[in-house]
Amino acid sequence: MNSTAVPVNAGPAGKSDTPVRATTYKPGDYASGHDVRWCPWCGDYAVLSQVKKTLSTLGISPDQIVFVSGIGCSSRFPYYMGVYGIHGIHGRALAIATGLKLARRDLSVWVATGDGDCLSIGGNHLIHTLRRNMDLKIIMFNNRIYGLTKGQASPTSVVGQITASTPYGVIEPPFAPLALALGCQATFVARSLDLNPKHLEMVLDRAAVHQGAAFIEVYQTCRIFNDAAFEQLTDRALRDENLLMLEHGKPLRFGKNREKGIRLGANLQPEVVVIGENGVAEKDLLVHDEKAPNPNLAYILSQFHYPQFPEPMGVLRAVEAPTYDALVDKQIKDIQASKGEGDLASLLRGTDAWEVD
Amino acid sequence: MAVNTPQKPRETMEAVAVRFAGDSGDGMQMVGSLFTATSALMGNDLATLPDYPAEVRAPAGSLGGVSGFQVNFSSTDVYTPGDTVNVLVALNPAALKVNLRDLQKRGILIANSDTFNDNGLKLAQYTSNPLEDGSLADYQVQALPITRMTREAVAPTGLKGKDADRCKNFFALGLVYWLFDRDLQPTLDWLTQKFAKLPAVKEANERALKAGYYYGETAEMIQVQYTVQKARLPKGLYRKIGGNEAVALGMAVAAKRAGKTLFYGSYPITPASEILHELARLKNYGVVTFQAEDEIAAMCSVIGAAFGGAFAASGTSGPGLSLKTEALGLAVMLELPCVVVDVQRGGPSTGLPTKTEQGDLYQALFGRHGECPLPVLAPLSPSDCFHATYEAFQLAAKYMTPVIVLSDGYLANGAEPMRVPKVEELPAFDIRHPVDPTGFEPYARNADLARPWALPGTPGLAHRIGGLEKQDVTGDVSYDPENHERMCRLRAEKIAKVAESIPDQEVLGDGAGADLLVVSWGSAYGAVRTAFERARAQGLSVAHLPLRYLNPMPRNLKEIFPRYKKILVAECNLGQLRDVLQARYVRPMEGLNKIQGRPFAAAEVLAGIEKALRKA
Repeated sequence: MNSTAVPVNAGPAGKSDTPVRATTYKPGDYASGHDVRWCPWCGDYAVLSQVKKTLSTLGISPDQIVFVSGIGCSSRFPYYMGVYGIHGIHGRALAIATGLKLARRDLSVWVATGDGDCLSIGGNHLIHTLRRNMDLKIIMFNNRIYGLTKGQASPTSVVGQITASTPYGVIEPPFAPLALALGCQATFVARSLDLNPKHLEMVLDRAAVHQGAAFIEVYQTCRIFNDAAFEQLTDRALRDENLLMLEHGKPLRFGKNREKGIRLGANLQPEVVVIGENGVAEKDLLVHDEKAPNPNLAYILSQFHYPQFPEPMGVLRAVEAPTYDALVDKQIKDIQASKGEGDLASLLRGTDAWEVD
Repeated sequence: MAVNTPQKPRETMEAVAVRFAGDSGDGMQMVGSLFTATSALMGNDLATLPDYPAEVRAPAGSLGGVSGFQVNFSSTDVYTPGDTVNVLVALNPAALKVNLRDLQKRGILIANSDTFNDNGLKLAQYTSNPLEDGSLADYQVQALPITRMTREAVAPTGLKGKDADRCKNFFALGLVYWLFDRDLQPTLDWLTQKFAKLPAVKEANERALKAGYYYGETAEMIQVQYTVQKARLPKGLYRKIGGNEAVALGMAVAAKRAGKTLFYGSYPITPASEILHELARLKNYGVVTFQAEDEIAAMCSVIGAAFGGAFAASGTSGPGLSLKTEALGLAVMLELPCVVVDVQRGGPSTGLPTKTEQGDLYQALFGRHGECPLPVLAPLSPSDCFHATYEAFQLAAKYMTPVIVLSDGYLANGAEPMRVPKVEELPAFDIRHPVDPTGFEPYARNADLARPWALPGTPGLAHRIGGLEKQDVTGDVSYDPENHERMCRLRAEKIAKVAESIPDQEVLGDGAGADLLVVSWGSAYGAVRTAFERARAQGLSVAHLPLRYLNPMPRNLKEIFPRYKKILVAECNLGQLRDVLQARYVRPMEGLNKIQGRPFAAAEVLAGIEKALRKA
C-alpha cells in the first residue's frame, strides 16, 4: 500500500459543483471487471449497461463517481461499476450518500435502490432526501417484488398479487412512487423502462445533469418472481395503448396511431379522449409541462395506471431549486466571511477563559 | 464592586455547595451558570450539576416542575458537585419540598416567602406552612419576600407584573453573591451583552441583582459572610466547560488539528442534543452539522462522510445508540474511522430521559450482531469529555475503526474548569491517504492492522466496499468459510492492538496492594475519588482504579487485580462492568450499584467502602 500523504482537507470548502470532465470515456471504462451475478434475463443488466453509457457520454471521470446502494438485487450495482462504491445496509443508501455528498461536494454521487429498499425500510430517507433536494442521482428499480429474499410482496406489489408472503393475494394498496416523490417536492421526477434502452438512456442523461435530487423509477422485470409485472407495458401489441410518452411542451397523446389523448375534465379529473370523436381536437388536450412550478399536472400524471390510463414514461418534473449541499456550503462560507475563519487557538480558548498564575 | 458599608464578620470555608431551586420557568439554570462562571473567574475549583424535569414546562409550582442547579466551589480539588448542600435557595414551596433532604443540618435556607401561600403550599402538597410550623428548626431559615422586594427594585424601569417577577432569580443570585463575597462584575457584563437589545430588561435584572446583594449587606437577618479562597490550580489558561460542550470541542479541535473537515450527523435526543447545538455554532471553523431525519440516517451519514475523508461523528443517547447499532456494524465491516458519543441516560426504553445512568456499557461493548468489536472509552469528568473525544478520533484514524465514547447525563450537564491546552500540546494526527495505484489493495493492512483510507476522487484507486464479508487484502466479496474466520479474527486482533496505544492503568492510593480496590468507570470517578480520599484519611486500606478504557482494557489490569484482597466495582447500573471484569479476569468481585437516575454521592460510596471492609 502506498501511503504518500495528500492534502487531507476533504470537505465542502473550495470544491466546485461540477464533476471533472475528461476528454473521452468508453462505457467499458466504468466496468469493475467483476462477473455480474444477476439472474439471466434480469432487467438490471439493461440499466447497468445504460448507466455506463450515460456516464461515458457525459465524460465524468470514473474516479469522481460514487455509487451507493442498500440491500436487494439491484443494490449489487456498485460491485459491477468501475467507480468508487459503497454497498450499504438495507434501506440506508440515501443516508450514506447524503453524508458523503455533504463531505465531498466535488463527487458525482449516485444511488441504486429498489422498491423494497427505497420505499419500505428506507422510506423515511427517501422523503427527506427529496425534500432537502440533496444533489443525488437516485435510480429506483421497481420490480414490484422482493427478489433477493425470494419473492415476498413489496410496497409496490399490486392488490391481488400472489407472492410467497401473500399466497391468497396482496390486500394492501401499493405506493405510487412518482406521486410520493412529487409529494416530497422532488425537483426531478422521471420514469423509464428496462426494456426501452433508448428511453432509459434519455432519462438517465437528463437525471445526470440535473442539479439536485433526481428520482428515477425504472420499471424492471424480475424474471424469476414477477415475470408478468410489466407485460402490458412491454408487449409489442399492447404497449402503445398503455404507455404515455412524455415530451415537454407537447400534447399528451398516445395509442397505436397517437389518436388518443388526455383531457382535463370537471373538478380536475383527467379523462382519456379520442381525437376527432365528439368534437375533440388536439388543442383540447393537456400539454406536458415538466418545468411548471406547481407540480399539480405532474401529480395527476403520477396517478395514471393501466388499464384506466396509460402509464407516463419520461420526465414528469424538472425544476431548478437550490440543493441542500450547496446551501450548507454557502452558509459556512457566508459565516466565515462575516466572522472570519476561526483558528485552533481561538476555538480552544472559547469566549470566557481566565488566566491562573 | 466598591462596598463602603461596615463589614459583617467573615468566616472562611474550604468548600461550599449551593443549590438554586425553583420552578422550571424561574431561570434557575441561568443563575446557577452565572454563579459558576463568577466562582471560576474568582479562582475556585468547582463542579456543577443541573437537575431539571423532563417536561419543558410542567405545571407551575408543581413538584414535577422543580428545576435545580447545584454548584460546589472550593479552595481545594473538587471531584463532584457535592452530596449535600450548605445553602439551598428555594423560590417556591415545591422547590423546598423536593430539595430539603439534601440540605445539611444547620445549613442556610433562603426561601421566597411570597410563594408560600395557600395555592403554592397546596401545589407542593404541604398541609401546613413549613416556614411557620417549626419543621425547619434544624436549619438557618431566611424567609424573605423575594417577589415583593424584586418588584420594588425593578419598579423604576417600568417593568410590571410577570416581567418584573421574572427578575427574582437575579435577586436571589445577588443575595448569594453577597453571602459568599462574590464579584458582581462578571454578571453585570453578561447582562449587558445578553440584553443589549432590551435595555429595560437589562436594567431590571441589574437592579434585582444589586438589590439582593445590598439586602444581604444591610439586613440584620444574615449575620455572617463566608469566604472561599482561591484553589491552587496549576498555572495556565482556564475555561469553564460542561461535558457536552467538551465533547463538541474535542471533535472540532481534533478535526482542525488533523486538517480535516468535521462532519457531525445527529438527531435530537436528550441529553445529547447540546453537542449538535454547540457544533452548529462553529460554522466559521468549517464544521458541517447535519440534523438527520432519524438516528439511523445520522449514523449512515457519518459513514458516508468518513468514506469521503471527513472526520465524522455522531452523538446520541441509549435509544439512539440502539438505532445506530446496525450501521455501527457496517462501519466495523467497512473499517472506516468515526466517533459515536453515547450520552447515557436512565433506561431501558425511554426510561429517564433527563437523568443519568451508566446502563449502556453492555450495549457499547456487545450491542452489535456478529463478531463486532470496537474501541470504547469513558471520560471521567466533564473536562475529560474533551480529551476522551479527541483521543477517540486519534484511535479511529489510526486503526480505521468506529469508536464509542460513553458519556452520561451527569457529565453532559455538569461543568468544571478545564485548563486550555496549547495547540502544540495536542497530539498530532498522522493521516495518510494513498495516491499510488500500484499494488493498491483496499483491505491490505499496515503494522497496526489498519487498512488504507483511500478517498474517492483519487485517480486509479476506485474500489467498492460493503457490508458483505470481504476477501482478505482485496476487499472483494467473499463467501469463503476460512476467509470469514480469518477476517473475524483480524478485525478482533486489530481492536485488541488498540491496547498498544493506550496508557497503563494507574491506581490511586497504594498501588502495591491494599485490603480493598474500588474500581469505577467513566463518570463514577468523581464520587469514588472523593470517597476514596475520605477513606484514606480515616486510615482505611483502600485504593481506587478509575477505568477510562473499556475496550480494549489497559494491558496491566491483569497484574493489578491480584494485589488486592477484595475488589469492589462501583457503577450506576446493576453490575455490567463487574460481570465483564469477573469473566475476563476470573476473579470474584463485589458490586456497589446505584440506579436511581442520580450519580453516586461520595457518602454512599464511602459507606460502601466501609461495608466491604467490614465484611473482609
